[in-house]
Amino acid sequence: MNNYLKSGYLSTVDLSDFLPDLSLIKDHQVAVTECVQEIPCNPCVTSCPTRSIFMKDINDIPHVDFETCIGCGKCVAVCPGLAMFMIRINGTQGEVTLPYELIPLPKKGEEVNLLNRKGEIIGRGVVTKIFLPEREIHSAVVTVTFKDAKILNEVRNIEVIK
Amino acid sequence: MREIQAHPILNFKKGKEVSFFFNGSKIIAYDGENIAMALYRLGIDVFSESPKLHRPRGMFCAIGKCSSCMMRVNGIPNVRTCVLPVKENMIVETQSYYGKLPDKVENFKKSIEISKDVAIVGAGPAGATASITLKEYGINPIIIEQNSLLGGQLVKQTHKFFGSEREKAGIRGIKIAEELIQQIEEMNIDALVNSTAFGFYPEENILGVFRDNQFIKISAKYYLIATGASEKMIPFPGNDLPGVFGAGAAQTIMNVFGIKPGNKILMIGAGNVGLIVSYQLLQAGVEVKAVVEAMDEIGGYFVHASKLRRFGVPILTKTTIKEAVGYPRVEKAITVNLDDSFNEIPGTEKEWDVDTICLSTGLIPSVNLLAQAGCDLKYSPHLGGYVPIRNKYLMTTKENIYVAGDVDGIEEASIAMLEGRIAALSILEKMGFNTQNKITDILNELKSLRNGPFSKKVVQGIKEVEYE
Repeated sequence: MNNYLKSGYLSTVDLSDFLPDLSLIKDHQVAVTECVQEIPCNPCVTSCPTRSIFMKDINDIPHVDFETCIGCGKCVAVCPGLAMFMIRINGTQGEVTLPYELIPLPKKGEEVNLLNRKGEIIGRGVVTKIFLPEREIHSAVVTVTFKDAKILNEVRNIEVIK
Repeated sequence: MREIQAHPILNFKKGKEVSFFFNGSKIIAYDGENIAMALYRLGIDVFSESPKLHRPRGMFCAIGKCSSCMMRVNGIPNVRTCVLPVKENMIVETQSYYGKLPDKVENFKKSIEISKDVAIVGAGPAGATASITLKEYGINPIIIEQNSLLGGQLVKQTHKFFGSEREKAGIRGIKIAEELIQQIEEMNIDALVNSTAFGFYPEENILGVFRDNQFIKISAKYYLIATGASEKMIPFPGNDLPGVFGAGAAQTIMNVFGIKPGNKILMIGAGNVGLIVSYQLLQAGVEVKAVVEAMDEIGGYFVHASKLRRFGVPILTKTTIKEAVGYPRVEKAITVNLDDSFNEIPGTEKEWDVDTICLSTGLIPSVNLLAQAGCDLKYSPHLGGYVPIRNKYLMTTKENIYVAGDVDGIEEASIAMLEGRIAALSILEKMGFNTQNKITDILNELKSLRNGPFSKKVVQGIKEVEYE
C-alpha cells in the first residue's frame, strides 16, 4: 500500500515521475500534476490549449509534456481535485502557482506564509499574480514568488497573514 | 447567530422577513428558509425528545430523510421541519413521545387525482435529467420533490465535478443544478415541490403524495423512482445528541442555507463525502479538528485528502469515534484507535474539544417506495444496501417501474445524470420512440467512467443485481 493513502500527502519521492528537471523550468513556467490515482476525470486534458497533458483513457493518470506546456494555468483553474500547479525558476527566485478557494483572498503584492503539503509553514513569499475566474465555476489561481528556489517542490499552499 | 458572513464560492441571498411561533415565542425567519434551519440559525438545537428516555433530539440528515427533526406544525405532528419552508404565523411546537394528534381536522384539503404518462419521484440529478430527456421527446412527466428546491443534493455541492466534459467536469455542482433547474423551468415541466411521495399502491398502480395538507393520487403509466439515498448512522453512545450530523446535513446547512453547522468539528469517515465536506467546512470558516477513519487507508479520492492536509487538517486512519459527550448538544468527542481486527485499543482514547460531529460513514439507497411497489430487492454491500434488481435499461422487476441514481446503488452525481437519461430513454423506447442508439451510446459512456479501480466494487455489485 502507498504511504500517502495513510498520510494524505505526497512526498517528492512519490512525485519523482511527475516533476520536471530544473533545467526545463528556468524562466519557463510549466504545469505539474499531483494526481496519482486512477480516477475517471480529464478536464486538465480537455482544457489544455497546447495538448500538453496526456492520458490514455479517462481513468489514466495525467502526464505533462513540459517542453510544449506554455504555463497558461487553465488546468489549475479547472482541475476538480485542485491537483494542478505551475512552477518556474524566475531568475533565481522560486515561483509556484496554485488554486486557492478560501477567503480572504490575498492581494497582489501581499506577503503570505508558504505552506507545504502538510500545511506546515516553510517560509514567506509575495503574491505576484492572481487570476479570478467566475468563482461559482472555477478556482482562483494565485502565484507566489519567493527567494529560496530550493523549496519550489514543497510549496503547495499559502496562508494569508492576519 | 450562526450565519455565515462571507463565503469564497457562494452568495447567500436573504428573503424577506417572515415571523412564526416556536413554543409560543415569536421567531424571525427569512422567506425560503425551512423551519429547522431558521431555528438552528438562531442557536436552537433541540426539536423533540426521545419517546422513552426523553433525550434531546435535533436535526440529523437535513434533507427530509430521517425523523430526527420532526415537530408539530400548525397542530400536525411528525412534520419533517428540515424540508418545510416557514410561513407567516406558523405555529411550531417541539414534539415529545410519538407526537400529539391534531386538535381539529378542518385544515385538510380534499384529495385530488393526477394522471400522467410518466411520474418521476425525486428531482435530483437523475430525476431532473430524466424529466428533461422525456420532455425533449414531447412527453410531459410530473416530478414529485420533497424539498422546495429542485436539483437534489447538487444544490449544495460547491466542489467541481470529476468526469469528462460531457458530464460537465470541472464545473461546480451548484452550477450544474442551476442549469438543470433553468431547463426544467424553461421547458415548463410539471414539478410538485414540498411534496412527499409516501406510498406506492401496486394493486391500483397509484403513487400517494402528500402536499400542503392534501392527499394527491398520482396515476402514471410509467414511474421513475429516483429517490436517492440517506446517510448511515453508526452506533456509539451519544450518537443521538443534537450536534451529531450526517456530513451531508452539514453541507446542506452551510451551503444551501448559509448557516454554520458548528464552530469546531470532528469528521468521522475519510470517504469522498467526509473529505469533500471537511474542505467545504473550512471554506465556511469552520475549524475542522480532524478527519478520523476506521480503515487503514483513506477511502475517498486522494486529491480530496491532499486539499485538506495542505491546510493542516489531520487525517487519522485506524481511528473511530467512541463517544459523543454533552447536554443538550455535543460538547466533546472521544475517539479511539483500532487494531487490525477493528478492535478498540484500550488506553488510546483521545478527547476532542468540538461542538459538532459529522458522520460520513456511507449512504443507504432510499428504496422504500420500490419495496412497497413490490419490486424485487437484493442486498449488495458494494452498492450500499438493498437495491432494486433491474436490467441494464434500469427497469426493475415491475415492467412499468424504473430506477436511476443512488437509489439503485451508491455512486455519484455524474453517473446519476447518465442513469436518468438511460431510464428516460428506455421508457421512451417502450412508448414507441426509437432511442436504442442513444441508449447504447450512454451505456458505453457509463462503462468507460466505471472502468477505473475506484469503480471495481460498484461494477461487481451491479453484476450481482442485474438481470438480462
